[in-house]
Formats: sequence, C-alpha cells, structure tokens
Amino acid sequence: MKFVDFVSRDAIRTSIDVHDKEQVIRSMATALLESGKIAEDEHESIVEAILKREELGSTGIGRGVAVPHTKHPSVGELVGTVAVSEEGVDFDSLDGEKVHLLFLLVSPPDRPGDHLRALENISRQLRDETFCRFLKQSKTPDDVWQLLEEADNNQFV
Amino acid sequence: MTVVERTVVITNPQGLHARPAELFARLASQFESEIRVSRDHQPVDAKSILHVLTLGAAQGTELTLSAEGVDAQDALEALVRLVDSDFATDETMRQESSG
Repeated sequence: MKFVDFVSRDAIRTSIDVHDKEQVIRSMATALLESGKIAEDEHESIVEAILKREELGSTGIGRGVAVPHTKHPSVGELVGTVAVSEEGVDFDSLDGEKVHLLFLLVSPPDRPGDHLRALENISRQLRDETFCRFLKQSKTPDDVWQLLEEADNNQFV
Repeated sequence: MTVVERTVVITNPQGLHARPAELFARLASQFESEIRVSRDHQPVDAKSILHVLTLGAAQGTELTLSAEGVDAQDALEALVRLVDSDFATDETMRQESSG
C-alpha cells in the first residue's frame, strides 16, 4: 500500500504548535475533519478512541516517529494524515525520544489487512534515514506530499 | 557464541500490528543477545518496533527468529511464548522471562 492510497493531502500539517499527546492527536483529527475525511459528529469519538489506544501502550515506534491510530466504524476506508513538529511532542516512546513525525490512521474495523499494510509501508519507508530526516524537516504540507510521492516511487529504498 | 533459531506462526486475526510489535520489541530488548526476525529471508532487528512492523505479518505468517549471544536460548523461548500466547499482556510472564 502506498502513502498516496491512505494519506489525505489536505489534512497534512507542518510546524504544528502543540506539545502534548492529546493536543496533537486532537489537531490531526481536526485536520481530517476539515478535509472532509471524517464526520463532524464522529470527531470526538475518534479522538477518544485514539487516546484510549495510547493508554494500552504508546504508538511512538522510535526514531522520532509515532503512529497513533484506531479502528472506527464511521469510516468506510482507511484514512490517514501526517503531522510534523519541529520542537517535538512528548509521546512516551519506547526509546524515550520526542516525536517529530506523526502518522495518524483511522481504519474500518473489518479491514485489519489494510491497517497492517499501511503500518508496514510507513515503517519500511522510515527505515531510510534520509527519507525520515527530510520528512521531519518539511516546512509545508506540499513538501511532505512531494516526499511521500517520491517514497511511493521507490526513490528512497 | 550460541546461535539459536525458532519458527513461529502469527495467529492473531489482526496480524502483527503496532501493539504486538511493541510487546515483541520490548521483550526482545530485555535480552543481551542479538535477535533477528525474518519473513522470507529478510532479517530485521527484533528489538526495534519500526523494524518488526516492516514485516507486515498478517495472520498465518510464519516468522523465523534467531538469536546469538549469552542468553540466546532464554530470549527465543520467551519470544516464542509471547507469540504463542497471542501476545498476552501479562507483566508477570514478561518479568519471569527476563529474569
């Protein structure tokens, strides 16, 4: 599965000015709402489900990356977005590092395979240090989108 | 140095998603040995969630674990137990396996 298959271009945010886990998750869900990917009356329920999932264990997977996510019956297909934080967000990651790059995923409960393939794609691409560093340095959503497209075209791995 | 190898099958219907990958990497990190996990002969670092997620292991996927080091045997026994328990989040079990 490619980035362009699940990342909503209009919901990408850079230079985000929030520093804790709940704020960043909330603002990413709001970005999905603003780009029409999730319904307004489901926004709070989605935020709460993602926060509840974080309580099980942080989705900070190392290298300054986190993948907050949830299943939610209100979406018909996997939707996702990307946020970049220059200062970093405290995310209780396994390696203790602050998170600078976030991929938020909301998937239909009956499609675990899509979710797994999105995670596989994100982790596989981010193993490339150059791609990971460039993404974290992105100043605009267009920069992020361009990098995602390049990664999809196998320009990093 | 002892090298040990074991095979496991992912039984979770959701596959090896973020939570089990985290539990797996966290447990592997408790051992000194170098531990690798592979699917179709592409070994990755078992102590990194990022690496474990790259396996994209869905239900039914067979994974090969290999460990090299002083506690290689214990490490693989603990990891196999974790996978076989379908990633039971039992703190006691994890503490016992590290001790």
